[in-house]
Amino acid sequence: MSAATASPVPTAATTPRPGRAVMRAELLLFFREPGSVFWVMAFPTLLLLVLGFIPSMTEPMDEMGGLSTVEAYVPVAVLLSMIMAGLMAMPPVITGYRERGVLRRMSTTPVRPAAVLGAQVGLHAVASLISAGLTLAVGRVLSDVALPRQVVGYLLTLLLAVVCVLALGALISALSPTTKIAQAVSISVFFPAMLAAGVYMPIQQMPDLMAGIMEALPFGAAAQALNQAAAGDWPDWAHLAVLALWTLLLSGTAARWFRWE
Amino acid sequence: MTLIDVRDLRKSYGGRPVVDGVSFAVEEGEIFGVLGPNGAGKTTTVESVLGLRVPDSGTVRVCGLDPFADRARTTLVVGAQLQESEMQGKLTVAESLRLFAACYPRPADWRALAARLGLEEKLDTRYARLSGGQKQRLAIALALVGNPRVVVLDELTTGLDPVARREVWALIEDVRAGGVTVLLVTHFMEEAQRLCDRVAIFDRGRVAALDTPSGLVARTASSTVISFTPSRPLEEDVLAALPGLASVAHHDGRVTLAGTDETVNAVIGLLARNRVSAHQLRVTDATLDDAFLDLTGADA
Repeated sequence: MSAATASPVPTAATTPRPGRAVMRAELLLFFREPGSVFWVMAFPTLLLLVLGFIPSMTEPMDEMGGLSTVEAYVPVAVLLSMIMAGLMAMPPVITGYRERGVLRRMSTTPVRPAAVLGAQVGLHAVASLISAGLTLAVGRVLSDVALPRQVVGYLLTLLLAVVCVLALGALISALSPTTKIAQAVSISVFFPAMLAAGVYMPIQQMPDLMAGIMEALPFGAAAQALNQAAAGDWPDWAHLAVLALWTLLLSGTAARWFRWE
Repeated sequence: MTLIDVRDLRKSYGGRPVVDGVSFAVEEGEIFGVLGPNGAGKTTTVESVLGLRVPDSGTVRVCGLDPFADRARTTLVVGAQLQESEMQGKLTVAESLRLFAACYPRPADWRALAARLGLEEKLDTRYARLSGGQKQRLAIALALVGNPRVVVLDELTTGLDPVARREVWALIEDVRAGGVTVLLVTHFMEEAQRLCDRVAIFDRGRVAALDTPSGLVARTASSTVISFTPSRPLEEDVLAALPGLASVAHHDGRVTLAGTDETVNAVIGLLARNRVSAHQLRVTDATLDDAFLDLTGADA
C-alpha cells in the first residue's frame, strides 16, 4: 500500500532532505549554547594567545628539545578543543534528548533517531577540527609557531583523536541514565584527560614513568603523535595504535549499551 | 475500511503481562478512544501500533502494514504525539515544523498547519518558552505535518488547564474533519465522552468493554442517578424494594439512588403515595465515569 495518494506538492522550502534538515537544526542548537561554542571553539586558542604574550613562554627550552612553551602547548590546545567537544559539550545534549523523549519522538518519523546522533557527533567533530585549525593559525601568525611539518601524519592523528574522544563522549552518553549523571561522569573523566593531553604539564616535561602511563591513554598517545608530526617525523605507529584500540573499545561499548529511551 | 487492526496482542515485561490479549479495530475516519487507569496497558498497546514495541504475540496492522517489521513505511502513514516527549528546547516553533516537514516525502504546508493550530504568532518562539497548551498544539502540528492517514495522540491533554483542554478538543475534531483517523489515549472520561466515536476501556491489560460512549453508559447497571432530600425519612426496606435499583446511599438526610428509568417512575409513585415531598430532586444520567468504574470494578 502506498502512502497518502493525494498530497500537496511540496514547496521548495520543504523539499525533503532529512539528513541536512537534522544537521541544520542541530547546528542552530549548537550555536545557541554559548558555553559550548566558547569552550570548544574559542577557549583553546585564547589559552595559546595568553601564553604567547608572556615573553618567557616563547623562549626555546632545552628540556623540551628546543621547543618553547608556546610551541609545546599547540598540540595541547588542539586536544583541549576535542576534549571540550567530546566530553563537556556533547554528552549532556544526547542524554538530554533521551531523557526528554526527543529521540523517541524522532523514531516515529521516517528519519531514524540515529540521524540526530550522527549529526551531533559530526558537528562536534567539525567544530573541534575548526578550532584546531584556528589554534594552528593563531600560533603561526601571533607566536611564530611553525605549522606541522609532517602534515599527513598530523591530520591522521587529529582525525583518530577526534573520533576517539567522541567515542568516549558517546560511551558516557550511553551509560548515563540522566543528564546530571552524564555531567558528573564527564567532569571526572575530564581532568585525567586534560592531564594526559598535557594541559598541566606538556608530556615532554613529565617524568618517564608518568609519560609512559600517559602514552597508554588516548590523549597522551595523541599528544605524543602530534608532537612528532609537528617536528616533521611520522608519528610512532604505537601511538596511533593506542588511539585506534581505544576508539574501537569505546565505540563498541557505547554501541552495545546505548539506549534510545 | 479498517485502518488499525490489533488482534490478541500480548506483551510482558519481566514476566508480568502488561498487555494480555487485546483486540480492537479502528475504522477510517473514526476518533477511537483508548481509556483506562494507569498501568492498564494503554501506552504499550499504542507503542505497538507505532512500531516502537515488538509484541510477544498477536498481530498489529496499520493501513495494512506491520508497524514493527515495516517501520519505514508505517512512519509515512502514522503521525504520533507521544506522552512525555518534548522537542529541543532552543528550537523555535517554525524550526521544529520545518525539521519535521523535511523528514517526510510529501509534507503538509507547515505554515498553513501552524495557522490552523493557532501557532502563527509563536513561530519564532523557542519550544522551552511555550505554554503547556501551545506545546500540545505544536505536538499536534508535528504529528500532522507528514500528511498521515492516522494520528496517535497519547494523553494529549494531561496537564492542561480546562480552557486549553477544550481548545485542544476542538482541534482534534478539526483533524478528523480533515479526513484523518484518530487513536486517542486518555484517562479523562469527559474527553472520551465528548470526542470519541467508540471507546475501548482497558483494564489490567485487557479490553474490558468496547462500545460507543452512550452504549457504554447504557450498559452500566445504574444508568440513572436520582437524588433528593425527603421531607421525612423513608423506610429502608421500601427503598430497597424499588425496581431496577442498583444502590442506595444516605448522606446528611439526602437520599441518592442509582438505578434505571424504571426506578425513577417507581420513586415518584412512592413519594406520591406516602405524601412525602422531595426537595431538590435531581435526576441525572450516569456518565462514562460511572460506566468506567462499573466496568473496571475500581472504587471511586
